[in-house]
Amino acid sequence: MTEIFGVPTQALFGQLLIGLINGSFYALLSLGLAVIFGLLNIINFTHGAQYMLGAFCAYFLLNKLGVGYWWSLLLAPLVVGAFGMLIERTMLKHLYKLDHLYGLLLTFGLALVIQGLFRHQFGSSGLPYPIPQELTGSRNLGFMFLPNYRAWVIVASLAMCLATWFVIEKTRLGAYLRAATENPALVQAFGINVPRMIMLTYGFGVALATFAGVMAAPIYQVNPLMGADMIIVVFAVVVIGGMGSIMGSIVTGFGLGVVEGLTKVFYPEASNTVIFIIMAIVLLIKPAGLFGTQR
Amino acid sequence: MRHQRIAFVVMVAFFAAVPLLVYPVFMMKVMCFALFACAFNLLIGFGGLLSFGHAMFLGTAGYITAHAAKEWGLAPELAILLGTAAAFGLGVVTGLLAIRRQGIYFAMITLALAQMIYFFYLQAPFTHGEDGIQAVPRGRLFGFIDLSNITVMYYTVFTVFIAGFLLIWRVIHSPFGQVLKAIRENEARAISLGYDTTHYKFMAFVLSATLAGLAGATKALVFQLASLTDVHWTMSGEVVLMTLLGGLGTIFGPVVGALVIITMENYLAQLGAWVTIVQGIIFVVCVLTFRRGVVGEIAHFIKKTL
Amino acid sequence: MSAVKKLSAAVALALGSLGAQAQISDGVIKIGVLNDQSSLYADLTGTGSVVAARLAVEDFGAAKKGMKVEILSADHQNKPDVGSAVARQWYDVDKVDVIVDVPNSGVALAVNQITRDKAKAFIVSGAATSDLTGKACSPNTIHWTYDTWMLANGTGNAIVKTGGNSWFFLTADYAFGHALERDTEQVVLKSGGKVLGKVRHPLNTQDFSSFLLQAQSSKAKIIGLANAGGDTTNSIKQAAEFGIVKAGQNLAGLLVFLTDVHGLGLNNAQGLIFTETFYWDLNESTRAFGKRFAQANRGIHPTMIHAGVYAGVLHYLKAVEALKSDDGTKVIAKMKDTPTDDPLFGKGRIRADGRKLHDAYLVEVKKPAESKYPWDYYKIRATIPANEAFRPEKDGGCSLVK
Repeated sequence: MTEIFGVPTQALFGQLLIGLINGSFYALLSLGLAVIFGLLNIINFTHGAQYMLGAFCAYFLLNKLGVGYWWSLLLAPLVVGAFGMLIERTMLKHLYKLDHLYGLLLTFGLALVIQGLFRHQFGSSGLPYPIPQELTGSRNLGFMFLPNYRAWVIVASLAMCLATWFVIEKTRLGAYLRAATENPALVQAFGINVPRMIMLTYGFGVALATFAGVMAAPIYQVNPLMGADMIIVVFAVVVIGGMGSIMGSIVTGFGLGVVEGLTKVFYPEASNTVIFIIMAIVLLIKPAGLFGTQR
Repeated sequence: MRHQRIAFVVMVAFFAAVPLLVYPVFMMKVMCFALFACAFNLLIGFGGLLSFGHAMFLGTAGYITAHAAKEWGLAPELAILLGTAAAFGLGVVTGLLAIRRQGIYFAMITLALAQMIYFFYLQAPFTHGEDGIQAVPRGRLFGFIDLSNITVMYYTVFTVFIAGFLLIWRVIHSPFGQVLKAIRENEARAISLGYDTTHYKFMAFVLSATLAGLAGATKALVFQLASLTDVHWTMSGEVVLMTLLGGLGTIFGPVVGALVIITMENYLAQLGAWVTIVQGIIFVVCVLTFRRGVVGEIAHFIKKTL
Repeated sequence: MSAVKKLSAAVALALGSLGAQAQISDGVIKIGVLNDQSSLYADLTGTGSVVAARLAVEDFGAAKKGMKVEILSADHQNKPDVGSAVARQWYDVDKVDVIVDVPNSGVALAVNQITRDKAKAFIVSGAATSDLTGKACSPNTIHWTYDTWMLANGTGNAIVKTGGNSWFFLTADYAFGHALERDTEQVVLKSGGKVLGKVRHPLNTQDFSSFLLQAQSSKAKIIGLANAGGDTTNSIKQAAEFGIVKAGQNLAGLLVFLTDVHGLGLNNAQGLIFTETFYWDLNESTRAFGKRFAQANRGIHPTMIHAGVYAGVLHYLKAVEALKSDDGTKVIAKMKDTPTDDPLFGKGRIRADGRKLHDAYLVEVKKPAESKYPWDYYKIRATIPANEAFRPEKDGGCSLVK
C-alpha cells in the first residue's frame, strides 16, 4: 500500500471524494448566495433555512402527496422559490435604500423564525427520506465503496452550477440582470421591468438553495437545523470566492470541500476551522475575494 | 443631559431594589447581558461597526475566569481581572485583523474569527468541550466577602455592572466619543478633518471587547459554569438582537433590550423552539418598522437623547 | 412569590389534604423530570419519562395515602448551562425536592454538583457516565438504570469473546462518549484485544461519512460506536450506505435503546448486540407495564431509561413515606438502606456509592422474520447477574465507600 505523507493513498482518495461531495453542497448553496448578493446586494441569511425548506418540501411531497424524488427536484424549487419571491416583495424591497446590514439582520430574523417553527413542529431529530430507487447501491472503486447516490450529487451539482454560470454570464437575460444591478434607472428606462427582475432573481437564488436541500434529503437526514450550521460555512465560501462572483463561488465551494477532506486526513480536529482561517487570510490580503471585484 | 441622569437614577434604583421581588440569579443574568449589550452597542451604535462575533469575548473571558477560579484557585476579583484581560488581548489581536475592513466585510471577518475561536474551545482540553467548566467556586472577594451568599453576590455583580456602565457613559460623552460619532456619521469627512479613523475604531473595538469580557467573566462566577453556548455564533446574534430591540446608539437601549429578551426567553423556555421564533419575529419587526428600538422611540417621542 | 417562574407543564397530582405531611417541605413532594425533549435523545427519554414518573406516583398510591405529589418537567436541550440553570431555579424558587432522569452526562454532572450543594436529591436514570458513582459520587445522588462500565463490560466482553479482538472507536465528543470509550477500551485490552484507533465526532453529527471512512481504513474487525441516540442511528445507517459491514467489519453499538431499533427498523438493526437492563417483553409484570406505558405514550414502548425513572420514583416515594420527610440527604440514605422491589427490575439494592444493582441482559436484535408482533425486537442472549454486571465498589474511587 503506497503512502503519501504517512497516510495510505486509499484513505486519502476516499476522503477527497467525500470532500468533493460535501463541496458540491457548498458550491450549490454559495452559488445561490452569490447570485443574490452579486445581483441584488442582499445578504441572504435565510439561505440556510431555505435549503432546509427544500429538504422538508421533498419530504412532504413524498409522504403526503406521493410525489417522488425526481419530481421533487423540479417542484420543490418552484414552491420554495415562490415563497422566496413573496419575502422579497413584502419585506426585502423596503430595505434596498438602507445600509446592507439591515438586509442581513432581516434575513437573519427570518431564518430564526423559519427554523424555530420547524423545530417546534418536528423536534431536532431527523426525518428519514429514502434514496431514490434508481440510485441505491454502491460501486466498489477499489479504495472505497462509493454510494451511487453520492456520485449523482457531484454530477448534478456541477451541471447546475455550470448551467447557472452560463445563463448569467453568457446569455442576454444574464446581461440584463447584470446591467440592472449596475444601473437600475437606466435599464428601466429601456423598458425592462427591473423590480420584477429583482424578484425573479431572488426567487432563483432561493430555488438553488432548495435544489440543494432536495439533494441533501436522502443523505443528510431531513431536520430543522440542517441549514443553521451550513450557512456560516457557505458565507465563508462566498466571501472567499468573491461576493459577487459566480465562478468564484463554484470553484471555492468545490475547492473548500476538497481542502476540508484533506484536513480531515491529516489533522481532523482542524477540519471545521480551516475554512475560517482561509477566509480571514483572504479578507486581509484581498478583501474582494479571490475572484471578486471591489464594490 | 438631565433626562439621562434621571434615567440613570431610575435604572440604579430598579436594579438595586428588584432582588427583593424577583429571583436574584435571574436578575444577575440580566445585568451581565446588559453590560455585554452596552459594550456591543459602543461598537455599533457609536462606532458604526457591526460585529457578528462578539460572543468570542464573552466566552473567552468566561472560560479564563472559570479556569482560573477552579483550577488555579484564584480569588474571584483576580479571576475576573484575568478573564477581562484575556478578552482585552483577544480584542487587540482580532481588532488588528478586522479593523481595516468595513461594513459587511467587517461583520464577516468578525464572524470568521469567532468561529475559529469556537472550534478552538471545542477542541481545547481545558474547556472540557460539551460539558464545559463546571462547579466553578465563587470564592471570597478580597479574601473576606463570601460570594456564595446570593445577596452578596448580587450586589457585587450590581457594582460591576454600574461601574462598566459608567465607564461607557464617560466614553460616550468624552471627546473620544464625539469623534466616534463623527466617524459613524461620515467617515470620509472625519478623515478629511485630520482624524486617524482607523485608530479610533480600533480603540473602540478593544474597549468594547474588554467590557464584553468583563460581562463574561462575571457571568461565569454567577452561574459557576463556562460552556460552549457562550462562544457559539447564536450568542453573537442574541446580543445584536438585544441592542437592536433596545435601540442602537442609545445609552440605555441595550439595558432595556437585555431585560426584555432575557425575560422573554425565561417565560418561553419551556416552549423550546418558541424562543427562537419570537426572537426572529422581533428582528424582522425591528428592522422593518421599529428601527429606533424601544429606547430610541421613547427618545424620539420626548425629543431628547437617551 | 417570585414574579418569574420557570414551571412547565406541571402535572399536578395534588389530591388529599390530610395525612402525615409534618416534615415534608411545603406539604408537597415536588419531582422534577429534567431531560432532552427536543433533540437527539427526545425519544428514549423526553416526555416518556414524565409518563413513567406519573405512573409511578399512581402505583405508589400517593392520593390514597394522603401525600401530595407534583411533577414538573423541563427540557435541558443537552446544554449544561441550561440544565444547571433549570436545576438551580427549581431548587431555589420552585422548591423542587428531587430531580430525576437527566440524560447527557455533562448535564448530569452539573446537576449532581448543584444537588449536593443544596442538599436535595437526584435520581439519575438517563445519564451514563460511571463517574457519577466514582469520583463524582455524592450522598445526594443515586445512579439507576445503567452506566458506561456496565455497558463496556457486558457488550465489550461478549464481543471480544466471540472473536472481535481489534477495535476502532467512533466516539461522541463529550463526557459520556469519552467515559464509554475509556471503559470499553479497558475491557478490550484486558481480554487480550487491541484498539487500532479512535476518532471523536461532535455531538449531534449529521454526516459520518469521513469518520466511517477512517474506521474502514483502520481495518479493525469491530467498529465500536461510543455514542447514543440519533448519532448511533445515523452511524449505523450510513455505515450500511458505505458497505462497511459488507466489506467485512462489524458494528458494535455500545449504547442502543429500544427506540433506536424502532427508528432504524429491523432491516438495518438486525444482528446488533448490546446490553440493556430492562426489556418490556421480559416477563408478565414488565409486559403489563409496557402495555400501560405505551397507551399513555403514543404507542411508544418503554426504554430502560423510562423504566429506571418509574422504579426510581417509586423507591423514592417509599423512602419519603417511611421517613415522613423529603430532606434530600436523608431520603437518599434511606433509599440506600432499603432493599428495592418493583415490577420492572425485581428485587435489588443500592450501594453506598449510589449505584443501583440489578441484572443486565445481553440482547441481540431479531431478524425481521423472527419478529411476531409490534415492538418484538430482542432475543435475550445471556443474563449477567447483578453482582457481576457493575463495577466493583472499591474500584470506583468514590469517597463515600469506606
